[in-house]
Amino acid sequence: MADGMIERLSYDVVILGAGGAGLRAAIEAARPGVKVAVLSKSLLGKAHTVMAEGGMAVSFGNVDAQDCWQTHFYDTMRGGKFLNHWRMAEIFAKEAPDRVVELEQWGAVFDRTPEGKISQRAFGAHSFRRLAHVGDRTGLELIRTLEYKGIHSGFDVFQEVTATHLFQDDAGRPTGVFAYHRQSGAFCVFEAKAVVIATGGWGRMYKVTSNSWESTGEGAALAMRAGAEMKDMEMVQFHPTGMVWPPGVRGLLVTEGVRGEGGILLNSEGERFMLRYDPEKKDLSSRDIVARSIYKEVQAGRGSPHGGAFLDITHRGADFIRRKLPNMYDQYLSLADIDITKQPFEVAPTIHYTMGGISVDPETAATNLEGLFAAGESACGLHGANRLGGNSLTDLLVFGRRAGIAARDYAAGRTKASAPSDSAVADAEARALAPLGKTGGESPYQLHRELQEVMGEHAAISRSRELGEAGLGKLEEIKERTKRLSAPGSRMYNPGWHATFELQAMVLLAEAILQGSLWREESRGAHWRLDFPDADDQGFGKLNSICRQDGTKITLSTQPVPEMPEELAALFSSGHMPVREGTDQGGHS
Amino acid sequence: MAQRAQALTPAPRRRKWEWPWWVSPAGTVTALGLFTIYSLWETLTHSSGQYHNYLSPFFSPDVRAIGIQFLPAIWVVWAPLLFRATCYYYRKAYYRSFFSDPLACARPERPGRAYTGETKLPFVLSNLHRFFFYVTVVVMAFLWYDAIRAFIFPNGFGVGVGSLLMLLNVILLSVYTFSCHAFRHLIGGGLDCFSCSRGPILRYSLWKTVSKWNQEHATWAWLSMFSVWATDLYIRLLISGVLHDVRLF
Amino acid sequence: MAEMKTLHVFRGDQSGGEEVAYEIPVEAGMVVLDAVHQIQATQAPDLAVRWNCKAARCGSCSAEVNGKPSLMCKTRVDAIEGEIHVRPMKAFPLIRDLVTDVSWNYEKAKQIEPFAPKEPAPFTMYQRDVERSQQFRKCIECFLCQDVCHVLREHSAKEQYFGPRFMIKIAELEMHPMDGADRLHFTSHQAGVGMCNITKCCQEVCPEHIHLTDDAIIPLKERVADREWDPIRALFHKTAAR
Repeated sequence: MADGMIERLSYDVVILGAGGAGLRAAIEAARPGVKVAVLSKSLLGKAHTVMAEGGMAVSFGNVDAQDCWQTHFYDTMRGGKFLNHWRMAEIFAKEAPDRVVELEQWGAVFDRTPEGKISQRAFGAHSFRRLAHVGDRTGLELIRTLEYKGIHSGFDVFQEVTATHLFQDDAGRPTGVFAYHRQSGAFCVFEAKAVVIATGGWGRMYKVTSNSWESTGEGAALAMRAGAEMKDMEMVQFHPTGMVWPPGVRGLLVTEGVRGEGGILLNSEGERFMLRYDPEKKDLSSRDIVARSIYKEVQAGRGSPHGGAFLDITHRGADFIRRKLPNMYDQYLSLADIDITKQPFEVAPTIHYTMGGISVDPETAATNLEGLFAAGESACGLHGANRLGGNSLTDLLVFGRRAGIAARDYAAGRTKASAPSDSAVADAEARALAPLGKTGGESPYQLHRELQEVMGEHAAISRSRELGEAGLGKLEEIKERTKRLSAPGSRMYNPGWHATFELQAMVLLAEAILQGSLWREESRGAHWRLDFPDADDQGFGKLNSICRQDGTKITLSTQPVPEMPEELAALFSSGHMPVREGTDQGGHS
Repeated sequence: MAQRAQALTPAPRRRKWEWPWWVSPAGTVTALGLFTIYSLWETLTHSSGQYHNYLSPFFSPDVRAIGIQFLPAIWVVWAPLLFRATCYYYRKAYYRSFFSDPLACARPERPGRAYTGETKLPFVLSNLHRFFFYVTVVVMAFLWYDAIRAFIFPNGFGVGVGSLLMLLNVILLSVYTFSCHAFRHLIGGGLDCFSCSRGPILRYSLWKTVSKWNQEHATWAWLSMFSVWATDLYIRLLISGVLHDVRLF
Repeated sequence: MAEMKTLHVFRGDQSGGEEVAYEIPVEAGMVVLDAVHQIQATQAPDLAVRWNCKAARCGSCSAEVNGKPSLMCKTRVDAIEGEIHVRPMKAFPLIRDLVTDVSWNYEKAKQIEPFAPKEPAPFTMYQRDVERSQQFRKCIECFLCQDVCHVLREHSAKEQYFGPRFMIKIAELEMHPMDGADRLHFTSHQAGVGMCNITKCCQEVCPEHIHLTDDAIIPLKERVADREWDPIRALFHKTAAR
């Protein structure tokens, strides 16, 4: 493409991200007369959603008849340590069944119960067997279903196109995005009346992570730079069980389904230590508790050889394991030469999910910027201080759909959107091109590694004022060096160039995480402060942190956690768990 | 725990030894070539495959019983031959080895040849596989009859090496025939919903069983070919007096 | 001192290219993708390679390792004797280095009639009825089967044949107990199932161990034969369908 000739395409709704939330939003937004574009930085169907394993939480009650939306709501709020937005959790628990049935209508093939219904499995901190699943590849099932539904839904997908800038009008409303085709390096402006951010989380700023290596948070950073409010950024979830050895796969997820299907955790003395930490829920306690328990065992010198715990499911028999956990079996056999049907294997906590993110309205997934919406892992509000396993896939469906509807409606009501000006486009182009073709500057790969070290040390499972302040200092230095990034080579499919965008996004979000974890002087859910080991229910427990970019600085403010209406609050004060009317009170069998 | 720790540290991966790529096609060409030559010699130069109570599979059913004396084998062997020629496993074997389409996976083929797969004559006729299956099932009935007869000697029940060979042969042939893809389709594979059919559990478990045996269809194809060969050769050698049948019982 | 290994990685684009040798230190349990990343981070920052999950889930890092179509993230360095040669997939047009243009696959995907439920969900379906479709839905769309398929790879018959990936897609829909559409004419004509000569290379390379040929393509050929080569059964099917 000749200089100065940047292609402009005009759409009503532009969706960034083609994972579960982005595709679900697109399917909903694309109606006759509504032009929708989905921008995906990778190929269609490759998003981090494919890595979800265990299932999607939904209160069908197919296996445990007592289950109902109130119980699902109850578990979700309790799991999130009441930092969640109650209304999001309520909408979520109520709408989840419809969304999952819809998937079946579109061709998803879930595992079945003997009665021919969708089967449901037990998972950490869910009171009933609740996770609709397909073996241990539920995320793949979800994204493939949406992908094939999507290609017949009449929206345009731009594969391997990365957005680098969000254009806004004077009122802060988005007018389009600046993007580039990774394959050719050509730039393109997507003019839009409404923009949906569905680009997922940013787990890759940590070294030991179960995230797809593309979870680098560009969409969230784009929104933040545009002035969107980021909520509860300090809440970063550790999944208790990631692979430990060999080094190349450290962090790779071991599904909670292993424990859901009966696997138990042992320390180096062969003790089932979860009996000590949570005698009630044992190995299926919530993720923050299990992760912390493993960490404490290792600290106490009872860890496995490579610094984790042992997970043992051999007692379920080889046939059962291979049928119910085929990917896990294959993963350990091919990558670690370990046969999980014959021996226990090492696991250790790994970064798994970012509960924090763009603050959104529960009904419409709208951000504080008019015309900008966010859904999925990049958004915040549903999961509070700790996400329950299986809630993220359903989250994508419920709020992906709501974001799609709201963006479509908003675009329909906005007759005239001003197009991004030529000078704004030229600015975005100059910024994108800055590191390209240069040599001798900072390597994005090297800086990324250093960022991972900082985050792993200063914003990981155990935190303190001292650690946080030192971390911010180190981050400041990295931030300074990102100004001198260089990416040698041409524009054509240049991963080094692409890495510069990812790195800048992660550095921005990392600062918000560190600030949030310094501010929250209590331990709650995933956030564990060594210097404030207890929860402060009356103080910090009633506050959400809000980070926003203010010039070159990030400022932190707070807002009160929205208060539940009486009838919902009553679910927690009655002293027993809500169950479906007409069924007996009781835990799962 | 020391043992456990040791077990958890993976040893360097044992490098899997593999045959060179050309071994498989060369072996197939040799085996199928020799068998074809042998079959031609056997069917075109002999007028009988009978040795007392043993009947060679090449000559069964014995068409001399209905008065056909001229080369009795060729009236029979066309059916199993075409069954094998259209068999999904043998198709793979000869497309690869004889037509190098492809010789081995991800290996360049001879350039500039037109390729039409199984859409044009003669290969499109492979779609008739099921009909040769039906005929072969009839032949199988005769072979079982022959195998039983091989245990009945003039002085009553007995077991010779020939009887055992014929029994083994008919078992292998049956496994090969009934593990065929066409039968697998017929028995249940053609259904979209087992539970919606009549006798759902039966259809499903039959299909499941055939599927299991079908996974080793290639093995059965080779073993049954060699057993036919061995049985026929043994009987031929008995007829020519080179060997004497050993009675075990 | 770590053991060193030589990787020959193809560098180039449509206008040509060649393998370039890189020396890398070997770590325990290292896979080829780790090695390529290592080269990227320390020696060739612009080395083009497609990858996402690094966990054999997404199917992005397809390439040919020592001539064998493989996922780089699932191919252990220590399983390979001697030097390692990494090249892009041959069946698709090259973009740069190890990245190829696989968009043809997405065009074919669109042409297959989507799932058409006979009745509104939730369905009553039994495990025994869905296990075939479930096997095919394990596909991670790495397109290694398309790459190794000699019909596409050697004969470039992309107009005549959709390739193994889409044979299992059709099979998945055709064998779905709740699907009401009929794709058999399409399978035999537009999708070209007859172009497959069941030589099973797709089945050999599938990282998800899907039995593409035995469980999808051959059953599809049999279903097409029911319709087009077997008047008796075609008639029977018509009466049974009523």
